[in-house]
Amino acid sequence: MTTTTAARPAVRRRPRRWAVLGMLAPAILGLLIFFVYPLIASVYYSFTRFDLVSAPQWIGLRNYVYLFTQDPNVWQAAGNTLWFVGILVPVRIVTALGVAWLLVRAKKASGFWRTLFYLPALVPPVAAVVAFVFLFNPGTGPVNLILKAVGIHGPLWFNDPAWSKPSLLLLGVWVLGDVMIIFLASLLDVPQELYEAASLDGAKSWQKGWYVTLPAIVPVLVFSVVTGVIAALQYFTEAAVASSVASGRATVGEGGGATLGYPDNSLLTYTEWLYVRGFSNYQLGYASALAVVLFVVASVVLLVLLRRVRAFTPEEAS
Amino acid sequence: MNRHSPTRRTGFVLAMAAAVALVATGCSPAATNSAIDATAPAKLTGTVSFWHFFSDREAKVVQSVVDDFEKANPGVKVDVHSGQDDEKLQKAIAAGNSVDVGLSYSTDIVGNFCSSGAFRDLGPYITRDKVDLTQFSRTVRSYTEYKGTRCSMPVLADDYGLYYNKKLLAAAGYSEPPKTLGELEKMAIALTTYIADGSIKTLGFNPMMGFYENAASHFGPLAGATWLKKNGNSAIGGDPAWTELMKWQKGFVDAIGYDKLNTFTSGLGQEFSADNAFQTGQVAMNLDGEYRTAFIDDQTPNLEYGTAPLPTADDHTALYGGGYITGNIAGISKGAKNPEAAWALLKYLTTDTGAIVKLSNGLKNVPTTSAALSSPDLEVTPQFKTFLDIAANEHSGTTPPSPVGAGYQQSFEDYWHKYQSGSGSGLAAGLAKVDKDIDASIALTAGP
Repeated sequence: MTTTTAARPAVRRRPRRWAVLGMLAPAILGLLIFFVYPLIASVYYSFTRFDLVSAPQWIGLRNYVYLFTQDPNVWQAAGNTLWFVGILVPVRIVTALGVAWLLVRAKKASGFWRTLFYLPALVPPVAAVVAFVFLFNPGTGPVNLILKAVGIHGPLWFNDPAWSKPSLLLLGVWVLGDVMIIFLASLLDVPQELYEAASLDGAKSWQKGWYVTLPAIVPVLVFSVVTGVIAALQYFTEAAVASSVASGRATVGEGGGATLGYPDNSLLTYTEWLYVRGFSNYQLGYASALAVVLFVVASVVLLVLLRRVRAFTPEEAS
Repeated sequence: MNRHSPTRRTGFVLAMAAAVALVATGCSPAATNSAIDATAPAKLTGTVSFWHFFSDREAKVVQSVVDDFEKANPGVKVDVHSGQDDEKLQKAIAAGNSVDVGLSYSTDIVGNFCSSGAFRDLGPYITRDKVDLTQFSRTVRSYTEYKGTRCSMPVLADDYGLYYNKKLLAAAGYSEPPKTLGELEKMAIALTTYIADGSIKTLGFNPMMGFYENAASHFGPLAGATWLKKNGNSAIGGDPAWTELMKWQKGFVDAIGYDKLNTFTSGLGQEFSADNAFQTGQVAMNLDGEYRTAFIDDQTPNLEYGTAPLPTADDHTALYGGGYITGNIAGISKGAKNPEAAWALLKYLTTDTGAIVKLSNGLKNVPTTSAALSSPDLEVTPQFKTFLDIAANEHSGTTPPSPVGAGYQQSFEDYWHKYQSGSGSGLAAGLAKVDKDIDASIALTAGP
């Protein structure tokens, strides 16, 4: 292929390059200071014994050896986090897609329904968790009282290690408005002509969904999966607040490490454990090792996800 | 353009070198202690930056004592930063921010702040000014120093005892609180009432570990249980006192039923609210700190209650009268700009009887000096008196400072929680694993 654009003289190009660099400088500086430096610092500290105050001491791979062979809670914390990645993310996406699909078809009072399903997403996460812990309180919560009224002995919800994560899953589904609204926009954006053409070709309803709708919304689907997985890998606020409130020891500022993970570390996520080791146990070097491992895992998951879906672009699918 | 041109490669290498240099130098700690004057300055001047965690009403109490200090030292201005928790304090000191005196709610930071140098060694000031450390009890002295380095001073103490509802006890035919854990369990079961469906209506005593102040640290002194050996390693598995306490607690939980207790506990109000289960009468006896007296005065003044030392394990009745002691501690930060004025403020807050009594009356915490404990100006109700006695009792104990903060306590409590629910391994094997985990964590921080 040939190009018809004539090359500009080098003399002109140089000042323009400096101008572009000048305009990019704030962003580049921000990237260096707030991303590259902390990243390199974390990697360096992960090989040290560091308490934030005294000088870091180089201890080689000891933090990593401890992480993989001796840490009593890291595997449970990682397992809990993977539960949220593997269960919460797909359930939220499938439910949000289903709700959006229904809302597209809602002919009457569509605005009302869309608002209704989006509203929970406006509730601040902490308030939403507090409300859920109250609603699902085993002894006095309305949910178990209703269940009791119909003869069902409700579970202990946030106070039972077996039910604490599913309880947060219910919360995650309730606040799916943010994902749902993106799916709704993408579904509304699918060209009607494609459906009409498919109908003329004799496509059935599920075939339209599989061969028309799905390829059209793949970019949005990928976006939702990627952002959902990253958010789940860093799951912290909801689990921390649920543990704190359900344990009955909700206090401000004092001894947060004691309630994180309640009950029986079933809600202890990887990032919570990182926080405890760093700021309650003063093991910043070890916390850096935990952060580096999380970064590597998140990067690998992301790369695999993007590689897997590369073959599923709208062009390929069509 | 060549993707690996020399210019590009050089730029990358320079950027990496700059970043590594930043890492190596940017976060290095500032210079530490310098030599102090041979005598205390006759007149103090300058500004002292004072960080503490109190807020609202309690911050005003602290401010009133700071005002007194400023009046007594006209050349000194105290710049007060309230509402600063341990994490913020640690970060501020590490970042070299202006912190002269830091006050923490937790004795758990002492091991780290002493060993890391975040708080200065106060030994030279104490020696120079001839501060009598015997005015503090042995227990209080033990939680304000680490491995012989005194880097903090006690501000006020929290002592833990037994609160009991006089009406509920009288209705069940009891006029005295229990003195042993066996008596506590027997009375608690007699005091527990149920509704028609079998669920708990009123609980005599909640044995669940993790409920409000039910913590291993608070139970330990009831059997004289030890946490750490002299070399800093865990002593938990090898101390039969813990086994005795855990077996008693699990037996008590099983006697009522784990699920039943869990359901009841989850329906109780938050600890630091007016819905506190003891204040609402849902729990007849409760383990709590002296500060609860202030909450009751404020939120449920009509509650008829008494206080007593916590019951001891059945095999340790000689320990009766003691309890768990912890408290607020304060120190001078490594980067203090005005250490002499900081020391003067710290000394005033922690050794001046008038200041301590004023703080104690305002915050409703236990004073830590013998003079303040016996001061006629100290406001003492019969319920509060119990905690003054616990403070003075030789059998009272605390949790030892450690470089991992409260990490060793959390490892143990994690296991205790599993054990009480029945999901833990056999007790001996479980405690051996706890020892191993704690030792590994301490070794990671303190080195081989």
